[in-house]
Amino acid sequence: MTAVLPISANTAALPGEDAQPGRWRRMPPKAKVGAVLLGLFVLAAIIGPMVAPYDPSYQDPSPALSLHAPYGAHLLGTTQSGQDVLSELLVGIRLTLELALLVGVIATALAVIVGVTSAFLGGVWDEVLSLVSNVFLVIPALPLLIVLLGSLQTKGQTATIIVLSVLGWPWGARVIRAQTLAIRNRDFIAAARETGEKTWRIIAFEMVPNEVSLIAASFVNTVLYAIGASVALAFIGVANLNAWSLGTMLYWAQSQQALELGAWWWFVPPGLAVALIGTGLVLLNTGIDELGNPRLRDATSASRIAGYWLPPADPTPVLAEVVQHRGKLSGFLRSFSRSSLLDDAEKGGHR
Amino acid sequence: MSFILRRLVFYVVAAWVALTVNFFIPRAMPGNAVQSIMAKFPNLQPSAYQALEAMLGVGHPGSIWHQYGSYLDDVFHLNFGTDVTQYPAPVSTLLAETIPWTLTLVGTATVIAFIVGTGLGIVAGWRHGGALDRLLPGLMFLQAIPYFFFALILLELFASKLHVFPLGQGYAEGLVPGWHADFIGSAIYHSLLPALTIVLTSIAGWMLQMRNVMITTVGEDYVIAAQAKGLPRRRVIFTYAARNALLPQLQGFALALGFVVSGALIMEIVFSYPGIGELLLTAVTSEDYPLMQAIFLVITFAVLLANMIVDLIIVLSDPRARAREATR
Repeated sequence: MTAVLPISANTAALPGEDAQPGRWRRMPPKAKVGAVLLGLFVLAAIIGPMVAPYDPSYQDPSPALSLHAPYGAHLLGTTQSGQDVLSELLVGIRLTLELALLVGVIATALAVIVGVTSAFLGGVWDEVLSLVSNVFLVIPALPLLIVLLGSLQTKGQTATIIVLSVLGWPWGARVIRAQTLAIRNRDFIAAARETGEKTWRIIAFEMVPNEVSLIAASFVNTVLYAIGASVALAFIGVANLNAWSLGTMLYWAQSQQALELGAWWWFVPPGLAVALIGTGLVLLNTGIDELGNPRLRDATSASRIAGYWLPPADPTPVLAEVVQHRGKLSGFLRSFSRSSLLDDAEKGGHR
Repeated sequence: MSFILRRLVFYVVAAWVALTVNFFIPRAMPGNAVQSIMAKFPNLQPSAYQALEAMLGVGHPGSIWHQYGSYLDDVFHLNFGTDVTQYPAPVSTLLAETIPWTLTLVGTATVIAFIVGTGLGIVAGWRHGGALDRLLPGLMFLQAIPYFFFALILLELFASKLHVFPLGQGYAEGLVPGWHADFIGSAIYHSLLPALTIVLTSIAGWMLQMRNVMITTVGEDYVIAAQAKGLPRRRVIFTYAARNALLPQLQGFALALGFVVSGALIMEIVFSYPGIGELLLTAVTSEDYPLMQAIFLVITFAVLLANMIVDLIIVLSDPRARAREATR
């Protein structure tokens, strides 16, 4: 059914009208653009080091090649010490993406474990875990990262990945916990429990599959955070400065006065790469959001009824309102969070 | 206990966690930090050795709990030890010199960005699918740019090429800082481009967030009811929809604050602005741990304080929260 049809006049006559739209077709346009953008960078990360025209660390001694503007042999110009910017970029994208994806996987795994456990255990443990993640959410991450990594003797890739992952889970855990709470009381979970499924099976095969879009969003956010943080850390010099990443490229450009020397080709490519990867991730996330909440969708996808354009309304409720019964201690712990005020207010207030 | 008081307790706990993490980091690291610092800075007096030992916990004068107690006592009295790069300047003096710069610049710019971004978000959310929505991909791009990179681009354009703004620093060379017109004028002129960087890069985030909350709020029954009653549009937008959408927006603001402030600090480095960011760079490049730690604590406390203020605003702006407060 999904076999590739030969291009014929028939199919070309109906652009955009597919009888059975594939998964790709149904994706929001923003998510498509984001996925393509990211795909390009992942491709660059995979084949980049192989197709890089020069060794990024090779310093060409000829003075003519110091800070040369882009031309045929060096498509993105050279640095002050005659290194090829394009090669640095191609090698650097791999290291940055590798770090970000690893941090994304580890931190999201931690977030799922903490979030699901917290919601499943409930009671005091839930509130203690929430309190811990709230504390780590309110402490600014970057200065803490600097203090942690700065006091390490060796600032390698592995250390950065570990520290970024350890500090990167609270946000995801919070969202996943809320979703798990909402799912936990659904009928199908009760049914699974009645049929004697084991708890780990219920969690792994009944609950987690229902949270895939949320986990995906949290993964994308974590990757975004990891890229931003690692590039910022490298930019101020808290990284292995001998390895080529987008952040260290910016560090060398800044510390060797690329701006003052007018060498825009030195700092624009790595910065633009970071910005484009980030844009791709944000677009992808917006797409995921729109899948979950139809109201956010483009008004251009509105349907026309009796001459009126109607924007998509009636969202499918993603997070059902859950009334939780709290014990004395867990209620006490809960009362210290900001959200306690808001849900208390809602209970006593409107509707 | 009132909500505000409970939140105060929460922030005290958060501050204590930050302090404790800060206390244990250098003690958990391998190697003798004091000796490596002494080796790096030959101008240090032998008396600094003991001070550093006490600060970093090497050599173990007294039990760890005793050290912990005196550490908390020191921080409480704003005594962050002696700086090793600019020995024998106390770290607190260095901080006192730089904090006002950062606080004025980052504080003002962030508040402006939040207000303007929220305003635009209200319009974009109300006119869903309108002209502002067409700017969304561009805004997402702006949001994804690292602050410091945007700063580099603005500097290249407006300072190097067009010569409209200065190439950095906090004020013109030769001026003596003080409360006179020359200096203040120069300081404002020098802060325009850094402020523009913060506003332009963070405005998109606030706007997108407010837009999304606003779209969801506009679909609520009470907003539709208000429209059906024929209330003036302005009243429906601001009093019915925006006012309710503002609450999640404020919460988002409080949560994102740490991130925004950190980004702004890195941006200061690009402008060689005489704020905390620049001090942080010095601390990192010279591996000046006492200074690094003090900066971490100062930033954390500032963010906690700002969160506290947001909590106050939430209570004051939400009648439901106020009513709840009154009945407690």
